[in-house]
Amino acid sequence: MKTQKYSPMEDGFYPELARGAAVYDAVDPDSVTEDEVRRSLAAERVTERDYLILLSPAAEKYLEPMARRARDETVRHFGKTVQLFTPLYLANFCTNRCVYCGFNTNRRIARQMLSLEEVEAEAKAIAATGLRKILALTGDAPAKTGAQYLASCLEVLARYFPSVSIEVPSMTVEEYALAVAAGADGMTMFQETYNEVLYEKLHPAGPKRDFGFRLDAPQRAIMGGMRSVNLGALLGLDHWRRDMFYTGLHAAFLQEQYPEQEVSVSLPRMRPCGEKPTTREEREFEPTPVSDKHFVQALLAFRCFMPQAGITLSTREPAHLRDKLIPLGITKVSAGVSTSVGGHVAAEDTEDREPQFDISDPRSVDEMVAALEGMGYQPVFTDWVLPGKGEESLTAGVVRALGQDVVGSASAGARA
Amino acid sequence: MTNDTFSLGGRNLESRLFIGTGKYGADSMIPAIAEASGAEVITVALRRVDFGNPKGNVMAHIPKRMQLLPNTSGARNADEAVRIARLARAAGCGDWIKIEVISDSRHLLPDGYETARATEILAKEGFVVLPYMNPDLYVARSLVSAGAAAVMPLGAPIGTNRGLATREMIGILIEEIDLPVIVDAGIGKPSQACDAMEMGAAACLVNTAIASADDPVLMAKAFGKAVAAGRAAYLAGLGRVLEKGAAASSPEDGKLTGFLE
Repeated sequence: MKTQKYSPMEDGFYPELARGAAVYDAVDPDSVTEDEVRRSLAAERVTERDYLILLSPAAEKYLEPMARRARDETVRHFGKTVQLFTPLYLANFCTNRCVYCGFNTNRRIARQMLSLEEVEAEAKAIAATGLRKILALTGDAPAKTGAQYLASCLEVLARYFPSVSIEVPSMTVEEYALAVAAGADGMTMFQETYNEVLYEKLHPAGPKRDFGFRLDAPQRAIMGGMRSVNLGALLGLDHWRRDMFYTGLHAAFLQEQYPEQEVSVSLPRMRPCGEKPTTREEREFEPTPVSDKHFVQALLAFRCFMPQAGITLSTREPAHLRDKLIPLGITKVSAGVSTSVGGHVAAEDTEDREPQFDISDPRSVDEMVAALEGMGYQPVFTDWVLPGKGEESLTAGVVRALGQDVVGSASAGARA
Repeated sequence: MTNDTFSLGGRNLESRLFIGTGKYGADSMIPAIAEASGAEVITVALRRVDFGNPKGNVMAHIPKRMQLLPNTSGARNADEAVRIARLARAAGCGDWIKIEVISDSRHLLPDGYETARATEILAKEGFVVLPYMNPDLYVARSLVSAGAAAVMPLGAPIGTNRGLATREMIGILIEEIDLPVIVDAGIGKPSQACDAMEMGAAACLVNTAIASADDPVLMAKAFGKAVAAGRAAYLAGLGRVLEKGAAASSPEDGKLTGFLE
């Protein structure tokens, strides 16, 4: 938990926002010509300016050739494979007032946090579906579900999953290191919007209000030992083109600073949370909807800009659309999703379990596997990495990778 | 031709094409691809083997006749590569190991120093070590002294299908290094694999070009034939090609050594 006013890192992404703004402002989207689009699309390496051109209205006519390039780049770098994971909501206590969120502190919803026994039950239920990669989430309530609670949960989850990522409030380097030591290897952080003025309007209170502290979070996570970071802006807050442009810049910046890390992005799009607004800010909030066409354009332009980055697609998008999006550059999808706390064990018990947002693709893991296979894509469950934390955790890594039946011989060999 | 077996790690190989497993649309495609290619060596990323899955994993699809070549994909330094190699052996994947130490997610280029370090440790432990490397003469020499069984230089960065972008450097390795040179990564077309074999490469490893083809089985077959053809051409001895400067292109009166006559 941070204790004083935060100043963004000098070698972080914050100073890059101004540089990015100069690139952004130099291109008037409505004046981009088709000629420029064709040139940018044919470029060997898509520059920041090319990226912006591919996000412009003139590029809307070129979605098909963009899609072909995006698909080819993805197949060359990732093969016809898609990783599967599922989110696990540990807790939904929240002190923030994000005006667009179903878990915000003003919502009169049942607040819960899982006990370690309940975490284990959820882990067992998820592991039984075959999933080996998990994303653990909490709300923003540092006193209740802060770094210590998270670490305890991660220690349980690491026994069941070779890869555990976290999507939790911005933390300090030390807190990220604690999470890594407890078994996490990846973090997801959605900046929501890269528009600082809008950001402050959308986050009227709570620890999340600090734009710079959140912006630097992925970098602090890497400094704390995370191997992979996943970024995203919630498309539909500011204009999608602008936030998508900065998301790409942020991802490229981190990849350049930390070439050994895996940098991925998500393209979450605003979904209704099903709650009525309760405050003035919430009533005044008007999302800027993103059409399917623009959503696809954002995805394709990003893939052309960063051919080797992972792209994650959540169940916010409906099944029929997800199936069409996957070949366009997606490398990770969620399946068997519940966005309620404890929702994997008590799937039927919906009375007192409020979802953070309505999911649009309710398919189970088996159904998602069948859909991927039907499309000619291989669902990938395991893509683990061994944390470099000494022999003790190597043994844990062996146990995690090989399962109980071969533990004896495996750990003996590992120590040889 | 009849005696042209490739001996590696105590095994005699008839085919000089190595194939991969990681990029196919389904693991169930592997047997048909392996069969069509004629390959006898197949590499598999240990990070992708789901040992705990009751429904089985990629290993179940690898034909028993094939030599398994586990790789250390995902390792960012020598220590991680060594751990993965030991884990592969402990898991029953045999003694062969392809070292991949990569700490750049954008270009996926191998780290020569860390690769040599891992090679040295694992060769001492009795592994048949096949290191993936940049075609650099000095790195190759340190891999030789580290105990590698072969060197695996990249033709072009992984997944680019660009062919022998490093052709000159690979030529130098073939000339200077006494170990088999197996061209790995970047080969996009059968003609490029054929080219590498004509140059004297001992074998080629091809994954992306087969996996990303519209018909991977047919492409596997094409690569099998191309590699065999290139090898045959190498053994047959290519006809002389006039090198630059060797041709008598200048007129008699312009001879530089005319004064000697």
